[in-house]
Amino acid sequence: MSLLASLRARLARRHPSLLRQRPREALPIELGQRRIYVVPTAFGIGFGAMLIVMLLGALNYNNNAALLLTCLLGAACAQSMYGAFRALHDLRLEAIRAGHAEAGQMLRVELRFTAPRRTHAGLCLHVDATRHDFSIAADTALSLPINLHTGRRGWLDLPALKLESTWPFGLFRAWSWLRPDVRVLVYPARETAGPPPLGSGAESMPAPRSHELGEDYAGLRAYQPGDSPRRIAWKASARNATLLLRLHEPPDAQALWHLRWNALRGLDPETRIMRLARWVDEAQRGGQRWQLDLPAQSLGPDAGSAHYHACMSALALLP
Amino acid sequence: MSAARVPAPRPDARSFGLLSLTVAATLALHATHLPLWLSPPLALLLALRWLGYRRGRRFPALLRYALVLTLPLGVIATYGTLFGRLPGAALAVGLLVLKLTETETRRDVHIAVAFAAFTLMSALLFGQSLLQTLLVCAALAPALATLLALQPSAGATRAILKTAVLRLAAALPVTLLAFVLVPRLASPLWGAPGMQQARTGISASMSPGAIGQLLVDDSPAFRVGFDGPIPPRAQRYFRAVVLWHFDGRTWTSGSAARHLPLEPLQALGPTQRYTISMEATRQTLLPALDMPLQAPAATRFTAARTLLADRPVDHGLRYTVSSATAYRLQPRLGAHERALGLQLPGDDDPRARALALRWRTRYGDNPVAIIDAALHRFHDDGYRYTLTPPPLGRQQVDDFLFDTRAGFCEHYASAFVFLMRAAGIPARVVAGYQGGYANRAADYLLVRQADAHAWAEVWLRGRGWVRVDPTAAVRPDRISLGAIAAAQGAGARWYQAAWLVGLRDRIDVLNRLWDQSVVGFNALRQRGLLTRFGVDPQRWQSVALALGGALAVALAFGLALALREPAGERDALGRAFDRLQRRLTRRDHPRQPGEAPAHYLTRVAADLPAEQAAALRALSTQFVRLRYAFTQPAPRLAVRDWIRRAQELKP
Repeated sequence: MSLLASLRARLARRHPSLLRQRPREALPIELGQRRIYVVPTAFGIGFGAMLIVMLLGALNYNNNAALLLTCLLGAACAQSMYGAFRALHDLRLEAIRAGHAEAGQMLRVELRFTAPRRTHAGLCLHVDATRHDFSIAADTALSLPINLHTGRRGWLDLPALKLESTWPFGLFRAWSWLRPDVRVLVYPARETAGPPPLGSGAESMPAPRSHELGEDYAGLRAYQPGDSPRRIAWKASARNATLLLRLHEPPDAQALWHLRWNALRGLDPETRIMRLARWVDEAQRGGQRWQLDLPAQSLGPDAGSAHYHACMSALALLP
Repeated sequence: MSAARVPAPRPDARSFGLLSLTVAATLALHATHLPLWLSPPLALLLALRWLGYRRGRRFPALLRYALVLTLPLGVIATYGTLFGRLPGAALAVGLLVLKLTETETRRDVHIAVAFAAFTLMSALLFGQSLLQTLLVCAALAPALATLLALQPSAGATRAILKTAVLRLAAALPVTLLAFVLVPRLASPLWGAPGMQQARTGISASMSPGAIGQLLVDDSPAFRVGFDGPIPPRAQRYFRAVVLWHFDGRTWTSGSAARHLPLEPLQALGPTQRYTISMEATRQTLLPALDMPLQAPAATRFTAARTLLADRPVDHGLRYTVSSATAYRLQPRLGAHERALGLQLPGDDDPRARALALRWRTRYGDNPVAIIDAALHRFHDDGYRYTLTPPPLGRQQVDDFLFDTRAGFCEHYASAFVFLMRAAGIPARVVAGYQGGYANRAADYLLVRQADAHAWAEVWLRGRGWVRVDPTAAVRPDRISLGAIAAAQGAGARWYQAAWLVGLRDRIDVLNRLWDQSVVGFNALRQRGLLTRFGVDPQRWQSVALALGGALAVALAFGLALALREPAGERDALGRAFDRLQRRLTRRDHPRQPGEAPAHYLTRVAADLPAEQAAALRALSTQFVRLRYAFTQPAPRLAVRDWIRRAQELKP
């Protein structure tokens, strides 16, 4: 057992990319020659055995045409080893863009691959026991969406990705482990049901307003990067030759929700976080302004999606 | 793109279609030797299965088991056994088609493709002509395309087929290397290959109609390359076997002649040196031009100076011989030979014996006059040359000489030798080939089975054995044109048109090359080739080193090719820019270090005359656009247009 372990350790040291223990690496990752491994598949071994039978038959019957055929098939199959290698070689993982997900949900992550030199066909990415088949034409980029399981809130390290190919004939399998140095943030799960926030008009809380994007607005202000494009007042912008944003009527004083960590006494921290997450979400959907007070920081008062993500991130990263 | 959790979906209709195509090709290549009850049902089953698969149907399992059980029974009923070449091929093809009734997973398709490759190879055991081999190799393309179609996101069918063909083409260099270096077996590991195959060509006996079957066989018997010019047609007699013994029906070599000493030969004129490439005959007789001086290596002489190979010619043979066309063979005839040369069976054919005795009394001891009398009889007394003679009765020679008077070379040779022996002149039948076809595209003589011929040799005092061709007396154009032309009567036919003859010449040159370089590449020739490259075939270390070295070189070369960067359109633009830059540099406009391409071109444009400056500025703008304005590769047409305009610029 210890022998096996030491062998494995040695292997991991000498060939870090053979096993998964490759150190995490920064993007972009280019699939070079030293990190691609090629071995015959089960079919490849069986086919090789059949080629040997064919060879013996051709030699035994002293039949040179059959021998030539066997050599042709054998050479084509042997060369397919390079085909599997070339399917991966020079491929680049340029960027990774993660969406947002709450703990327990599937997190959608887009991997952006590019093929700088040639077409790569018959590629297969294994993530968490799921396979994604794809191919990339020469000189193009491809965004491959994958779904990751999320367990708990906080930073999630991207799992090791196994990129493999049995192109062209399925006789050889080339693979390479990718461990991009990328973390994605998983938001806390929301409580499914619970009381409304204190000081939000209590039980007579107005129904969440769903017409945030309605036509009624109080004024206009200049567009700033980060503003939602859906709030742009296109007609007014066209008249003024600059992008203008609709300003909604300021929500009345009662609509400012004060979401306080300290107000939730008697609950364990995770439940508190789940409840706060639900409140933040409801406030965001209702178009409310809200302020989030956490033990170490205070966010807001503000409204909108940027504030929402700031709050959720803070909640996700609570110890 | 698909995200599939279940890893074993049913192979799609396209890969099954390609697999069906592979199996259909295999079936077609085997169709010529499969029993008639087998191939049409298999073809029908294949077609039905293909249609059924496209509609997503499964094949009933019970029916499949029934068919799998029936197939070996049928094969045993036909051949009596499951083993051997023919029953094995029938079984393999049948099982291959039946495998298509069970293709529910990728693994099934994989097995079917591997088995199809094996069955394709076995088709070559029935004939290894160039055409056959090319067809079999071509059938590998759909087989590989099937494997490609199983790959995820494989692409269009046309692209798949193209990839398969390209892969095969790319494999050719390694194929040839392996073909040359794979050590040949000196003796087979199992079985006695080729034993069941019918012997072809001239055989060691001449029974009625034996040569007649050959005369309609257009396949090549052997090819002869002469060191000097090809001798005239009338001299092209190739002796294969000398027949001494006649039992009234069949001429054979005779057991008594086996122990005669080699007949002494004295050349009377120039000798011809030539190389014969035999097709496989499965027997040991080797033809040689009348009359060979020495037996080449691995062959030996019979007493009557015909060549015998040490082993049956199973896969073609090349040998070089020198022959004298004017010679004296065995000027002194021993008593034993004389007795053999006068042997006649029992007391058959009384009328022929009476005729010979009449000549004997009329011409006395003048053999030449008797020979002339016989030849004149054949020429003047209404004898016909035909490949389809009427049947002969029990008194074969009498029936032919006095009643039917129609036949071909073997009838004439047989009757002539019979008459000579009855008249007291030692004589024997010689079977071999006569004539042949001089290929105009390359300098060699093609002799077909249809050129098989039989003639006579008579022994004359002081001159030894002398060749006499009685057929020439009946039909001189048999000698000048060939058997079939003589039987049909001369005259240009559509298939003798000049272009067709030229085409056939060229195809035959290819066949000859194929036979010499591939089919005939045996252990001996391999040894010769390896020795020339400094490999000692006797020492296995040397052979292993050569094989390993060649493999290593091939691997390294493959890796270098795999790592190579192909030149895409984007590179084409970059290279064209580099060319332009070199031209400008020669005109004293070098590019500064770190200068951007567009800036460089614009700066140079300022120094040029107005027209060229405008062109260069346009090039500069376009270059930037082509390089950076596209997320997809820049349109090829635009890139080519830029390259063309850059070339046209004359700074």
